[in-house]
Amino acid sequence: MLLGTIEQGLIFAIMALGLYISYKILDFPDLTVDGSFPMGASIAAILIIKGVNPILALGVAFAGGCLAGFITGYIHIKFKITNLLAGIIVMTGLYSINLRIMGRSNIPLFGVDNIFSDRPNLLIILFIVLLSKFSLDYLLKTKFGFSLRALGDNETLVVSLGIDEKKLKIIGLMLANGLVALSGGILAQYQGFSDIAMGTGTIVTGLASIIIGESVLRKGKMFNVTTIVIVGSILYRFIILGSLKVGFNASDIKLITAILTVGIMAFKSKNLKLTLKGRLGGVFQNAQN
Amino acid sequence: MLKINNLNKSFHSELGSEKKVFKGLNFQLNHGDFVSIIGSNGAGKSTLLNIIMGNITPDNGNLYVEDRDFTNLASYKRNTFISKVYQNPALGTAPSMTIFENLSMADNKGKRFNLTLGLNRKKKKNYKDTLTQLGLGLEKQLDTEVGLLSGGQRQCLALIMATLNRPKILLLDEHTAALDPKTSQLIMEKTKKIVEDHEIPTLMITHNLNDAIKYGNRLIMLHEGKIILDFAGEEKQNLTPEKLLKIFHTKNTSIKDDELFSL
Repeated sequence: MLLGTIEQGLIFAIMALGLYISYKILDFPDLTVDGSFPMGASIAAILIIKGVNPILALGVAFAGGCLAGFITGYIHIKFKITNLLAGIIVMTGLYSINLRIMGRSNIPLFGVDNIFSDRPNLLIILFIVLLSKFSLDYLLKTKFGFSLRALGDNETLVVSLGIDEKKLKIIGLMLANGLVALSGGILAQYQGFSDIAMGTGTIVTGLASIIIGESVLRKGKMFNVTTIVIVGSILYRFIILGSLKVGFNASDIKLITAILTVGIMAFKSKNLKLTLKGRLGGVFQNAQN
Repeated sequence: MLKINNLNKSFHSELGSEKKVFKGLNFQLNHGDFVSIIGSNGAGKSTLLNIIMGNITPDNGNLYVEDRDFTNLASYKRNTFISKVYQNPALGTAPSMTIFENLSMADNKGKRFNLTLGLNRKKKKNYKDTLTQLGLGLEKQLDTEVGLLSGGQRQCLALIMATLNRPKILLLDEHTAALDPKTSQLIMEKTKKIVEDHEIPTLMITHNLNDAIKYGNRLIMLHEGKIILDFAGEEKQNLTPEKLLKIFHTKNTSIKDDELFSL
C-alpha cells in the first residue's frame, strides 16, 4: 500500500513537472493536459496491444502530447484565442480523438508485455522520473531554458533579446504536454488499463501537487523546483490515501483535491498580502522621493 | 546609423475619422549621434519609436540601418540590433531570475538560445566590474532575484542589459521619468558614459528640457509629426529651457502647452 502510493506519486510527478512548465514557468494555465494525459495512455495502450515495444510506445505517447501542445499554442498565437479557452477547445477535441485512437472507451492491458513486466516497479518508475527530473533541471539551466523562464516573467524582454516569442511559447507547451502524455502512458501500463475518463481533473491534481510541494519545501540550495514538484506529487497521493482511510469514498477524491487546492491557495494569499503590503509601501516611498 | 525616408502613418478611428501622425518624415541618426527628442503629447514621439521597433507598421516610407532596409523585418529580428529602455523599469529585466542570469541572457542577445549552459561564467568578472562602476552595490548581489531590487536599481540593470551587446541603435523612452531625481541623475550620467564610450547611435525621448539640453549632441523637437527644431553642436550647448520655449512659441503661436514640459 505504502509502496503503491509512492509509485503512483512518482508517476503523476512526471505530469506535474509538465504542468509546472506551462502553469508556473510560462504562466499559461493549460487545460490541454486534461486531454493529453489520457491521450498518452490511449496511444501507449493501443500500441502495446498491437505488439509495439512498450518503451517505443511511450516515445510515441510523448510525441502525441507534443502535438496536442502544439495545437493549443498555435491556435492561441495564430487566432488570438485566450490561453484558457485554447486549452479547453483542444481538450474537448482530444476526447473524441482519444476514443478514435483506442477504438473503444477502455483497453485492458493485463497479461500483455509492458515496461513493468518481470521488473521491480519502483526501480523502473524511479528511473524514468529521475531521468525526466535531471533532463528538465539541465534544460532550465541552458540558454534555451533561460529564455523559457524569461518568457513567463517578461515577454517584452524575450522579444528584445531577438527571440521569436511565439515560437518559444509553442515549444514550451509542446514540452509540457509531452511530459503529461508520457506520464499518462506510464500510468496505463502501471495500472493495467487505459480509460477515456482518466484525464478528468488532471490540471487540478497537478496544481495541487505543485502547491503542496511549494508549501512544504522551500526553494533553495537544497531543493530545486523539480524536487519540490516530485515531493509534492508523492505527498498529494498520501493525502488521498489518508482521506480514503478515514472513510471517504473514492468518488469524493476530486472534491477533496479541489478544496485542498483552494485551501492552500487561500492560506498563501493571506501570507502574500502581508508581504505585498511591505513591498508596495516601498514603491510608494520611492515614488514620493 | 539609422535613416528614415519619407515616413507616412495615419490612424483611423472606428468612426472613420483619420489622424495623420507622419506626413513624409525624413530623419537621419548619424554615427556617434546622441539625439534628444522633445515634443508635446501627440507630437508622434512614441509612434516614431514604435515604428522603429516594429510594433507599428508605417503606411509608407522606409527605414534603413547602415543602408539595410528593415521596414518589413519582424519585431523580434530587429531587436538583434536595436535596444530599447522603457519608462517602466519592470520591462527591461526578468524579475524571477537573478542579476547574473539576466546579464548572461542580455549578453546572448541576437544569438541562438540553444542547449548550452545559460550562465556566462567566463564573463562573471566583467559583469562585476561593470556593476561596481555604478556604485549601487549590485556587484554583491549577482545571485539576487531582480524582482527584489528597487526601481532605480532595476532601471540601471535594464540600461546595462540593453547596451551590453553594443546595439546599432539605442532607443530611450523617457527612461528616467519614473525615478526619483537622484537616481534619475545617476542613470542619465551612466547613459551618457555608455553611449559616448561605445559610440552607440541613440534616440532619447524626454519631457525634461534640462536633460534634453544637457545630454547628447543634438536636440530635435517634434510637433504634429514634423521636426520643427533641430539643434546641434554649439548652438545646442547655448540653449536654455526658456530660450527653447520661446523659440517654440514664435514658431507655433497657436500652441500654449508649455505646461507639458517640466523645467
